[in-house]
Amino acid sequence: MSTPTETAVAAARARTGRMTGAEAIIRSLEAEGVDICWGIPGGAILPLYDAFMACDHTVEHVLVRHEQGAGHMAQGYARATGRVGVCIATSGPGATNLVTPIADAFLDSTPMVAITGQVPTHLIGTDAFQEADITGIVMPIVKHSFLVQRAEEIPTAMRAAFHIASSGRPGPVLVDIPKDLQLTEFDFSYPDEVELPGYDTDWITGVDQAAVDAAADLIARARKPVLYVGGGVINAEATDELILLAEALQVPVTTTLLAKGAFPDSHPLSVQMPGMHGSKYANWTMHRSDLLITIGARFDDRVTGKLDAFAPGAKIIHFDIDPAEISKNRTADVSLIGHLNETLPALRDAVLANRNDERIRHQIDWLNEVQGWRRENPFRYRRDGSTLKPEYVMEAFDKALRGKDAIWVTGVGQHQMWAAQYLTIDGPRRWITSGGLGTMGFGVPAAIGAQQACPDAYVVNIDGDGCFQMTMQELATARCYDVPAIHAVINNGWLGMVRQWQELFHDERYSETDLFGTIPDFVKLAESYGCLALRAETEAEADAVIAEAIAARRPTVIDFRVDREEKVYPMVPAGAASHEMLDETWENEWVEDGV
Amino acid sequence: MGATNHHTLSALVENRPGVLSRVAGLFTRRGFNIDSLAVGPTERPDRSVITIRVDCTRHSVEQVVKQLYKLVDVIDVHEVLPESAIERELLLVKVQADAERRSEVMKLAELFDARVADVGQTSLLLECVEHPDRLAALEELLVPYGILEAIRTGRVAMTRSSAPEGESKTRLRVMG
Ligand SMILES: Cc1ncc(C[n+]2csc(CCOP(=O)(O)OP(=O)(O)O)c2C)c(N)n1
Ligand SMILES: [Mg+2]
Repeated sequence: MSTPTETAVAAARARTGRMTGAEAIIRSLEAEGVDICWGIPGGAILPLYDAFMACDHTVEHVLVRHEQGAGHMAQGYARATGRVGVCIATSGPGATNLVTPIADAFLDSTPMVAITGQVPTHLIGTDAFQEADITGIVMPIVKHSFLVQRAEEIPTAMRAAFHIASSGRPGPVLVDIPKDLQLTEFDFSYPDEVELPGYDTDWITGVDQAAVDAAADLIARARKPVLYVGGGVINAEATDELILLAEALQVPVTTTLLAKGAFPDSHPLSVQMPGMHGSKYANWTMHRSDLLITIGARFDDRVTGKLDAFAPGAKIIHFDIDPAEISKNRTADVSLIGHLNETLPALRDAVLANRNDERIRHQIDWLNEVQGWRRENPFRYRRDGSTLKPEYVMEAFDKALRGKDAIWVTGVGQHQMWAAQYLTIDGPRRWITSGGLGTMGFGVPAAIGAQQACPDAYVVNIDGDGCFQMTMQELATARCYDVPAIHAVINNGWLGMVRQWQELFHDERYSETDLFGTIPDFVKLAESYGCLALRAETEAEADAVIAEAIAARRPTVIDFRVDREEKVYPMVPAGAASHEMLDETWENEWVEDGV
Repeated sequence: MGATNHHTLSALVENRPGVLSRVAGLFTRRGFNIDSLAVGPTERPDRSVITIRVDCTRHSVEQVVKQLYKLVDVIDVHEVLPESAIERELLLVKVQADAERRSEVMKLAELFDARVADVGQTSLLLECVEHPDRLAALEELLVPYGILEAIRTGRVAMTRSSAPEGESKTRLRVMG
């Protein structure tokens, strides 16, 4: 599968002719340069699927096993490439099965277009068979939606959908197309532009120099600045600009769960992830800082902990593309709306013009302080020789794929946090996780989509035994299309993250979280889907199966039987201040004083 | 984040199906209670104006304005400040008034520039377009006669031509 050339897209855009609405959808996809999409047919979308077979076209359709899978595959593709992911479902239950990925894409700002069939126009509003008001259902979780009213509107709706999904702050757009309109013939031509008077993104371009100067001024006066980096940097493709800025500033850089890879984990200035399961040194750096230089991040509660106690002495600079994020949770002292790949270089220039030896001295002290916290409080775990620790699996995978083009995808739970803590991600779009919505079941399909987007990459889905069971039917999709992503199930026999909360905050009442004994044999299960199936119960076995899986280049499932009781530390309890982290007891521990 | 106050927002929107749900839904979703809502056509058939009145803090109103701008069908939003705007509601009120008290009620109506829209055996139906505070005053005066039924439209508001640009409109350049 390869992305269409510019000439092919230009030819598709120039195409005209009489055709059905269904064919018009396909021609629109071609005009948008779509090479692949995911879905399942059904009554109200049948004409489109018929056209997929009847017409000559360049859009590959991937048949999935559950529409949720189609949505997450589109997300995996979108997040691995930055291009719009496309998923397709029929009306009613097909469309409602897309609700979770749509919400996920909304919270994680993923460009996605969902196309749904709708009952014929004359039946709308009659509680017809498989009728669901999907535009109404998704209203609070889409960037925009269209219920197409006439076949002639299909090209404009599609153009608008792709434009809205991919510009500004990206997000999901749904296009609902009644069946009769898919069958209606009309004269097709594809618009270059669609007039959207309420959607203006041109003004974001350019840099407000006054705001840049104000930010540079705050930086010049700060003694303990930190770059607080969010997923916006990845959407803006601004990693290079961020690295240059950070190196010019010589300040610590913390990257949120969504921003992992936006700044290299192995860069000496990186203090990794902040927040609930972030590093102590990232949280302490933020807490002690007198200036948060916030770049495409949104002060999410999983980052800030108790908002009133978050970075209490810090002034805030906030660069973003979405004005609604400014001063939403934390008031900004200086804010700048713009494309980060324009605004970050402008800030760097202003800072370099403003060099000041005293500031540099202070910042060296500050960096040394941060490095001290870091030396004394690394992410760490205890190996005991008898059980396989999940953290060990992360380290082993990390080592095995170091230097290779690897894409890491995760489920949601403890395994996700261990992956975030122990994997080294040094580039953007190489870490794909469900952050905002925290969707169990994201891993398997998102990994498949990412692998289809990047066939040569090594894609590893670090999944949980609970999560895996939510979308494991997509192994059939992986097998059918020969998608070699590795699904590494960190099998602790628990809904582990919930269990951890029950152990720590609910007096060890393990209400409905024990999966042990009811888990299928993942090896047999994977074999029945035609996948390579491996198991590891010790460190040595883990090393061996990881090597075997990486060499295999075919759909693979590994059942890692890990220590059932391992917990994710450090941890900020929900509602606590972010510097007050729970941890196991370690020798030589540096205890943070007086904050 | 500060005391709550009444705020009147005026949103210029595309006249499309679903736009009212999108706007109203945004308020509900973010925990706002809408005091009054009016939707109507404008001088252009493809545009409507939604006037919304909410009770919230200044911080919240700024946030909700930014969220409103993110709706693709919303073209422009501004807060209408009472001192520089004309605000009106329409009141329809049915008052108990037999032949004996009819003229008394009608005199009262006259004072408020209310019109008698319908006369019944024992009641009068008044209509009045006024500033909502004046309507409240009228209603209060009518209470002793016996109000049988009263209904008001949502508030609509328009900034005076004399208001200095920029003062009445907290215009925010915002996108989706
Ligand atoms: C769809 C969905 N349902 C419920 C939850 C709540 N939840 C968060 S983590 C978790 C447990 C995940 O279990 P598992 O996949 O085994 O991962 P582990 O924490 O054991 O590594 C649950 C139930 C969720 N995030 N998503
Ligand atoms: Mg588990």
